[in-house]
Amino acid sequence: MEIGAALPELSIDLTPTVVVSTALATMDFTPVHHDVEMARGQGSKDIFLNILTTMGLVERYVTDWAGPEAVIERIAVKLGVPAYAGDRLCFNGTVVAREDGRLTVEVRGKVSLGDHATGTVTLMEEGERR
Amino acid sequence: MNDQELHELAEKQAALGEVRGTPARDPVNAPMIRHWLDAMGDENPAYLEKGVAPPAMAQVWTMPGVRRSAKDRSPVDDMIAALDASGYTGVVATNCEQTYHRYARIGERLTPATRFTDLAGPKRTALGVGFFATWTVTWYGEDEEPVAEMLFRVLKFRPRTRESSSSTTGQAAAGEGQAAAYPLQPAINQDTAFFWEGVKQGELRIQTCADCGELRHPPGPLCPRCRSVNRGHMVASGQGTLYSYVVHHHPPVPGRETPFVVGVVELPEGVRIVGNVVDCPIEEVAVGMPLRVTYRRMDDQLVLPMWTPGEA
Repeated sequence: MEIGAALPELSIDLTPTVVVSTALATMDFTPVHHDVEMARGQGSKDIFLNILTTMGLVERYVTDWAGPEAVIERIAVKLGVPAYAGDRLCFNGTVVAREDGRLTVEVRGKVSLGDHATGTVTLMEEGERR
Repeated sequence: MNDQELHELAEKQAALGEVRGTPARDPVNAPMIRHWLDAMGDENPAYLEKGVAPPAMAQVWTMPGVRRSAKDRSPVDDMIAALDASGYTGVVATNCEQTYHRYARIGERLTPATRFTDLAGPKRTALGVGFFATWTVTWYGEDEEPVAEMLFRVLKFRPRTRESSSSTTGQAAAGEGQAAAYPLQPAINQDTAFFWEGVKQGELRIQTCADCGELRHPPGPLCPRCRSVNRGHMVASGQGTLYSYVVHHHPPVPGRETPFVVGVVELPEGVRIVGNVVDCPIEEVAVGMPLRVTYRRMDDQLVLPMWTPGEA
């Protein structure tokens, strides 16, 4: 986990099931995340991922790599283009800072339209879970 | 509202400080964690083994559910309503920053508190001219210590006309704001235009007789007391009480979801006005309840005044 180390890529096929099941698991019942006609009626191409899921997937991406002992302290995300059903969300990440067991990872989640989410995750490598 | 009035409202909302919401309906619990992990495809065993929730679930515990009960009015709501009423109807989230002080433990119940922090703009953006509104939510544990914090920022923008924005991704990101015309349009004429101009600016205007001062609503050409045709208007406080109401179940109404509440609201100024009661579970609607006006944008042109539970 040295500075400059790259995280393995994670690619998620955004099926309607993924979009809908994550929206419901995050208790977000806004129609644009499960109702295609409503989403299209509002000018969107299709249903799209909700923000709570974007945060959850960024967290998963980093802990998949860092392991179950890591403790996430902060996730700061700049939101970009929508992640529509039918698209594919590809995560890449790089370790950009490391000090006293605290890592900062830069994460980028891309879809076909461009960057869906870019930001940083701060974590303790093997922190005691408080 | 003009830009300056929007900034004044923003300062007012920020001055309210941190406003506490209702505690989570359920304590942090394993079934919801398991469901979330499953949906995310997250196989990290640590959470359930150690009895803690994934930190990114913080907001999940206090989401309102399908039949959103908006008893929890936060300082953000009035700001967003004012931006909507001022034509900044498009919305796109731009930043979400979460800080976790500790992991929430199974069995504890979190309570959110919201603070409106900042309004910046108007700024020219790829989506159109808009304001950036920023607020923070802090989730407290039962020990009153913060568990997690979130900064959230949205761009509220004035959607461009359809011709000029064609098929950019911004259009797609806009979410709201491109709604088709609301099918039920009010009859706007010389007698009523002042009222509809008012609601677009976030003002509830009541017609007055320019000669004897009598208030009248709905507006009309002639004073019922002195028969003068000279008229003016005043701006009502926006407070009221529910005088009577019906719950409309059937028949279906174009552009509306049933059931909805149609109320007769008595204003302290002395007239009654008909409008929908919103943000309130139907079973909690009651004659005599305090209400206050809110403004809902129905399409690119039309704003309707509606009524939401208010302070007694």
